[in-house]
Amino acid sequence: MFRTPNRPAALALSLAVPVGLLVAWFLATSLGGIKTYQLASPADVARELGVLWSNGLLWRHLAASIERVLLGFGFALVFAILFASIVGLSRPVEAALDPTLQAIRSIPSLAWVPLLLLWLGIGEDAKVTLIAIGAFFPIYVNLVSGIRNVDRKLVEVGQVLGLGRIELARRVVLPAALPSLLVGARIGLTQAWLFLVAAELLASTRGLGFMLTEGQQIARTDEILTAIVLLALCGKFSESIMRAIEKRLLHWTDGLPA
Amino acid sequence: MRRAIEIDGLSKRFGRRAVFERFDLFVEPGETLAILGASGCGKSTLLRCIAGLVRPDSGTIAVRDELGFVFQEPRLLPWLTVEKNVAFAARSDVERARVRDVLELVGLTGAAHLLPKQLSGGMAQRAALARTLVRNPKILLLDEPLSALDALLRLELQSSLAQIIRETESTAVLVTHAVDEALYLADRVAVLDGAPARQSLELTVPSALRRSHTADLTHERIALLSALGIENRVPKRSHRGLRVVGP
Repeated sequence: MFRTPNRPAALALSLAVPVGLLVAWFLATSLGGIKTYQLASPADVARELGVLWSNGLLWRHLAASIERVLLGFGFALVFAILFASIVGLSRPVEAALDPTLQAIRSIPSLAWVPLLLLWLGIGEDAKVTLIAIGAFFPIYVNLVSGIRNVDRKLVEVGQVLGLGRIELARRVVLPAALPSLLVGARIGLTQAWLFLVAAELLASTRGLGFMLTEGQQIARTDEILTAIVLLALCGKFSESIMRAIEKRLLHWTDGLPA
Repeated sequence: MRRAIEIDGLSKRFGRRAVFERFDLFVEPGETLAILGASGCGKSTLLRCIAGLVRPDSGTIAVRDELGFVFQEPRLLPWLTVEKNVAFAARSDVERARVRDVLELVGLTGAAHLLPKQLSGGMAQRAALARTLVRNPKILLLDEPLSALDALLRLELQSSLAQIIRETESTAVLVTHAVDEALYLADRVAVLDGAPARQSLELTVPSALRRSHTADLTHERIALLSALGIENRVPKRSHRGLRVVGP
């Protein structure tokens, strides 16, 4: 009943919706129903992309955003693994730390912005920190639950072999929780892109979020749409990379392919 | 000679249910003792107490040599190959050098590079056995190690197990609910019943009839089945090697 389509068929299916949307967009703008200042046509966006490419701004904006996302995501990954390992492996630490972290987690991301600006100024630090906060929690939550759900039977194997707590964590619990970590990292990276836009909308002179604000200020829908298209491509690309990493690191799992 | 395992006055409760109350048991060095009993009578708990996985409420358990534990399921680490799963238990270079040898002993040399998900049930259980053997433990605790396998495979692995126990000169405690498995592998069989568990019967398998799938052990079988409440005939106290314990 749920037959998996073969590769070319799957590719065609996955392209059908974007192509349909593109055609609809083209028709809506070329038939004169919608004014350019309300919605630029695909051709305008392509032209804008060409201009940005030739004057080097495309790479300048992309590089700024990618750098912020990678930095923020990197910090989030390191701190989330650290905190989740401590919380996941020790009930007393969990009792002490987890409620606070859960409370911080429920704060809407933008509520941090004024504080971050006051503390860290309008430079890179505030942006990277905001992105790190956004990416931290999905990784943390998934890894803690992964550690909690490690098969007790595997832990017992370590126990009868006389492994100490640290050895048990390093050789049994953390490797067994790797699938959860990778799921968390994939969601965290998506969150990082989300928070990037929030960070760059505030105060920046380059980046995809800056393109959005600039386009709005000078009423250029082609620039706004170009930024949106680039964000979509970046998001999809980073998701694909994460899936490839998952596939490579989790070849030992016995589940259905994702 | 000092006993390999000596349990003295073991008591253990789970909540309000007493599993053991002042329970005694011993295992001689080099002996294979089978512990037989219905599901839930506490035989696995007994093994887990010996291995230190469960803490007794009172009583002493003296273990005079290094232990190895084989679980009912293989419990291989799914991210490691067979070889690395076996090497996982190795603590020294000497033990790491033994990995290939124990894989050969259990007949898995050709499967060393496979992941657990690529193994059949019998292969996985052999790999688990190899992981236990790599440390060369003098005492093997076997918690229904063959019960998840189909009947033919079980016979085959029973022979392998018997051979390995003999070659490694191990002391073994085998927990099982299969009468024939107990009679085939053990030198001595203890039957547990009731809650709290008590030893209701002890039986020594005649040495001439050990480790044979075709030996005529009808009397022993009847004695064990009746102790388990399956057969109605009462075993004769005077029968060879048979001791009815308790009331």
